[in-house]
Amino acid sequence: MSFLNNVITGISLGSIYAIIALGYTMVYGIAKMLNFAHGDVIMVGAYVCFFATGSFGLHPVAGVLLAMVVCTILGMVIEGLAYKPLRQAPSLAVLITAIGVSWFLQNSAQLLWGAAPKVFTPVVSGGLSIFGGQLNISYVTILTVASCLVIMAVLSAFIGKGKMGKAMRACSEDKGAAQLMGINVNSTISMTFAIGSALAAIAGVLMCSAYPTLMPTTGSLPGIKAFTAAVFGGIGSVPGAFVGGLLLGIIEIFAKAYISTDLSDAIVFLALIIVLLVKPSGLLGKYVPEKV
Amino acid sequence: MALLQVNDIHVYYGSIHAVKGVSFEVNQGEVVTLIGANGAGKSTVLNTISGLLHPRTGGVVFEDHDLKGVAPHKVVSHGLAQVPEGRRIFLQMSVEENLEMGAFTQPGSTVEPGIADVYERFPRLKERRRQIAGTLSGGEQQMLAMGRALMSKPKLLMLDEPSMGLAPILVEQIFDIIKELHAAGTTILLVEQNAQAALAVADRAYVMETGKITLSGTGAELMASDQVQKAYLGG
Ligand SMILES: Nc1ncnc2c1ncn2[C@@H]1O[C@H](COP(=O)(O)OP(=O)(O)OP(=O)(O)O)[C@@H](O)[C@H]1O
Ligand SMILES: [Mg+2]
Repeated sequence: MSFLNNVITGISLGSIYAIIALGYTMVYGIAKMLNFAHGDVIMVGAYVCFFATGSFGLHPVAGVLLAMVVCTILGMVIEGLAYKPLRQAPSLAVLITAIGVSWFLQNSAQLLWGAAPKVFTPVVSGGLSIFGGQLNISYVTILTVASCLVIMAVLSAFIGKGKMGKAMRACSEDKGAAQLMGINVNSTISMTFAIGSALAAIAGVLMCSAYPTLMPTTGSLPGIKAFTAAVFGGIGSVPGAFVGGLLLGIIEIFAKAYISTDLSDAIVFLALIIVLLVKPSGLLGKYVPEKV
Repeated sequence: MALLQVNDIHVYYGSIHAVKGVSFEVNQGEVVTLIGANGAGKSTVLNTISGLLHPRTGGVVFEDHDLKGVAPHKVVSHGLAQVPEGRRIFLQMSVEENLEMGAFTQPGSTVEPGIADVYERFPRLKERRRQIAGTLSGGEQQMLAMGRALMSKPKLLMLDEPSMGLAPILVEQIFDIIKELHAAGTTILLVEQNAQAALAVADRAYVMETGKITLSGTGAELMASDQVQKAYLGG
């Protein structure tokens, strides 16, 4: 049964990585940049929910919605203030700016909310106990996996069939041509940040419900791992983020359970390196040759 | 008054002065061609009209609208569509999705009839409607690029080297389509290196050399001109 428990824990952690990875991959797909501040948006979302439910006594659902609203606005403001002026700048300048934004968010959180960890109250409590208590599945786990599936389904439909979703794909392929079609590239990029950040808020709440320690650096490691998951699955690919996130979560939990807790992160990155050696564009990524 | 007026535009790429005081006009219903060698500045002129580039001085007037400061995605709504050089269709999207993108500024209810019109003109595209555009042949891709531009129901269609890289038979086909569109009343601004074919379909023509217009006249006049014969028609 411990094997099954590990599988379930892995899928649950992987679902969180997948939701975060979606934000990285969509922003990369359209803006061709790595938004390293994405992980810290998760942290902000978790804090907003923490205070909304804890200090203001809001219902958890209202707390999550508020966190989504705040993060959506935050994502659009970050894009507009920090990244939009750098549209034509070399990618290294954008990368350094993203790291700067990440630090800015972490330090602001520390200033506002202190460095001491807070204990996050899970949005749902309790769980299922089956096989006479041998297998325990918490409601947080069920909620996490279900959220991930719903998000994937809705987002795939939006990108595949929706008018704005198609415009996003058009922008990600060729911004100049998209403009010639009448697509407003700036607002499409802004929308992508908005969606990614709203998802980050959900991920933040789910993650802190499963692992309840909340502090200003809470988002940073999961952010990096989710970025790894996005690269693993093929950066720019939405199904890739899903597959990459799930696999990464499972590998991490299995490494912890059967190999070594200390080495689990190293094993995760080793898996990434192997995948990239075999398929440089990631599991589901398309190999796009450089234009000559 | 002319449908499109380009007034003494100067366009720079950083410190490179690519277009040096170009003026010309396109009247309703005309096919006007802009010919010239590589690097003359033809694409730069079209991209300036489309709003992707901004003239340092001079301006573009379409119908009665000064396009100064109009964002590129708004230019389409004025009735100006461009088929860019190298087609630049969305290679990872299907044929039909490309056409839908062409109708981005159009009300939803007109998209389907618009697609049906394009399929009627280009039956090949209909057969391949679900195919990913990147897998189309060069000629089909050019048809898709033209069909996509027509989806916005443009008052002026700008084509940048539509015959580039196509086999002679397909070049002929593309020029036949231009003639058909012309006959149907579409106003066209055609940029070409294939001077022979372009002059043959054009009502009027301009010759560009290193950022300036050096010659203009009717298609037939330029076809007969010594200068054009020597420089572009190998005569
Ligand atoms: N993005 C750019 N940056 C710098 N210079 C550019 C850029 N695009 C074009 N140029 C320069 O501007 C000049 C005009 O280029 P343009 O593309 O308009 O020529 P063209 O007439 O369309 O040529 P072709 O027939 O080869 O397409 C050329 O000297 C070119 O090198
Ligand atoms: Mg050109």
